[in-house]
Amino acid sequence: MIKNISNLGDAALYCDFGTEVNKEINSKVIRYFKSIQKENIDGINNLTPSYNKLIISFDLRKKNFQTIKKLIENLNVINDDKLKTNKIKIPVCCEENFSLDIKRLEEKLQITRDKIYEKFFGKEFFCYMTGFIAGMPFLGDLENELQAKRLETPRVKVPKGSVGLTEQFANVYTFESPGGWNIIGNTPQVIFDSTKENNPNLINPGDVVTFEQITKDQYYNNNE
Amino acid sequence: MNKNYFEIRRAGINTTFQDQGRGNLYHIGIPFSGAMDNRNFQISNKLVGNEVNFPTIEFAYQGPLLKYFGDNINFAIAGDVKFIIRKTNNAIDGNCYQSFTLENGDELDIISTNKSVYGYLAISGEFDVNYQWSSCSVNTKANIGANNGKKIQDGQKIYISKINKNLSDKKLNYINTKIENIRVIQGTNFDYFSDEGKKIFFEKEFIVSKLSDRMGMRLEGPKIENIVDTNIKSEGLLKGVIQVPADGNPIIMLSDHGTIGGYPKIGVVISADYDKLVQLTPGSKIKFKKVELADAETLFKLYDLETQNLISQI
Repeated sequence: MIKNISNLGDAALYCDFGTEVNKEINSKVIRYFKSIQKENIDGINNLTPSYNKLIISFDLRKKNFQTIKKLIENLNVINDDKLKTNKIKIPVCCEENFSLDIKRLEEKLQITRDKIYEKFFGKEFFCYMTGFIAGMPFLGDLENELQAKRLETPRVKVPKGSVGLTEQFANVYTFESPGGWNIIGNTPQVIFDSTKENNPNLINPGDVVTFEQITKDQYYNNNE
Repeated sequence: MNKNYFEIRRAGINTTFQDQGRGNLYHIGIPFSGAMDNRNFQISNKLVGNEVNFPTIEFAYQGPLLKYFGDNINFAIAGDVKFIIRKTNNAIDGNCYQSFTLENGDELDIISTNKSVYGYLAISGEFDVNYQWSSCSVNTKANIGANNGKKIQDGQKIYISKINKNLSDKKLNYINTKIENIRVIQGTNFDYFSDEGKKIFFEKEFIVSKLSDRMGMRLEGPKIENIVDTNIKSEGLLKGVIQVPADGNPIIMLSDHGTIGGYPKIGVVISADYDKLVQLTPGSKIKFKKVELADAETLFKLYDLETQNLISQI
């Protein structure tokens, strides 16, 4: 299922599953990721699944590229139906001070904000990966009418909780961070909690996420 | 109670608790963090009789000024660092790679690093710090690790939970050397760059920019031309990965890097050169030299052996 394994530097395997971004390829990446996690292989010290790649880092004091490559080639990969995924609902408030780029989107996409929200809320999104900043989920896929490019000049600070769109993806900023996604609202929901060491992420790869619109009152009640 | 503590009279520029870092969290967006210069971090601990992976205070450029209150304690500083110990009646110029004793009321003034970026302060005991995922290493971006995941601040106190009973003097003869040729393995997107761009990468000089920190090192120099696409579908990053964004200036990922990125990877710094890479100050001139995987593996074995050898001499 892995198309090609090469080395990324001297302490990581670069597993290539293809060039496209779709659920089918990403599910294969996630199956490998979870299978390797389950095996708990001595010397492997990090795994980074993404849309269509899996990077496996190892401790060069214990293992090398060839030994890990052999282990991965002979890995028992778990079946799709054994993958546990969660369904998660994320409340989002779209009041003006939260929906920073809704006007820009109306102009770029040539549709009204009501239409944008109608297409966005209630739709099932698939979590391809998490990362960049701790806990940030990369969710897909937005239909063509909602696909816009990043801001020409990224914001220096995107507020924590911001929900953004770019190309076919949606995400949530788990921390205040620089960023260039089109922000359409903000969630009071905690998406990353570092005190929960066993499961700090609310959303994990393979999970299904839907967004629900809430009012300003509901937003601030949720925050209490 | 913690009757032994430091009072921070001046925090310094980027002073954080660091140990070996935390693994197995890339998939949720958390990098290794940990001491930038692993060799000097381990040596600092050994000089005060600790296990090599004990929490230390890492500082960059200007270090902290600490006033000590409590029972006698030893400390050591590893790196290339100018520091002074001020006692009631006199002041002593400190030497790196040598343990010193602090008495109640003494001040330790870590003035600056010389021609390098990072230094390490270890004590013969244990800082009273909290751990997350088995590491105290501070990641200021996600507020993870000791000190609520934040830099050490002016005026705060740092408590010491335990002091070793046996305070023996230790010393190591070692001088840090500055690296000029950074050895790299070709990256997974090497062919995104023009023949001229590839040539520039391996032959021309680059200068370390001021815009460098624990997350990444930006370089300035001749532009590296991309002939395929200046973006790739976002995928995992590692420390040492060299990305080239649309502007043609390389960025090297360092220990606190974002875990996912979408710029083409032209190369990866070999593990053996990482500790010396991070010590390059802004304005330093470097060149990249191409090596193959097998050579990189051997070079790391040698580097690691050298580190173990230094530690065993203490």
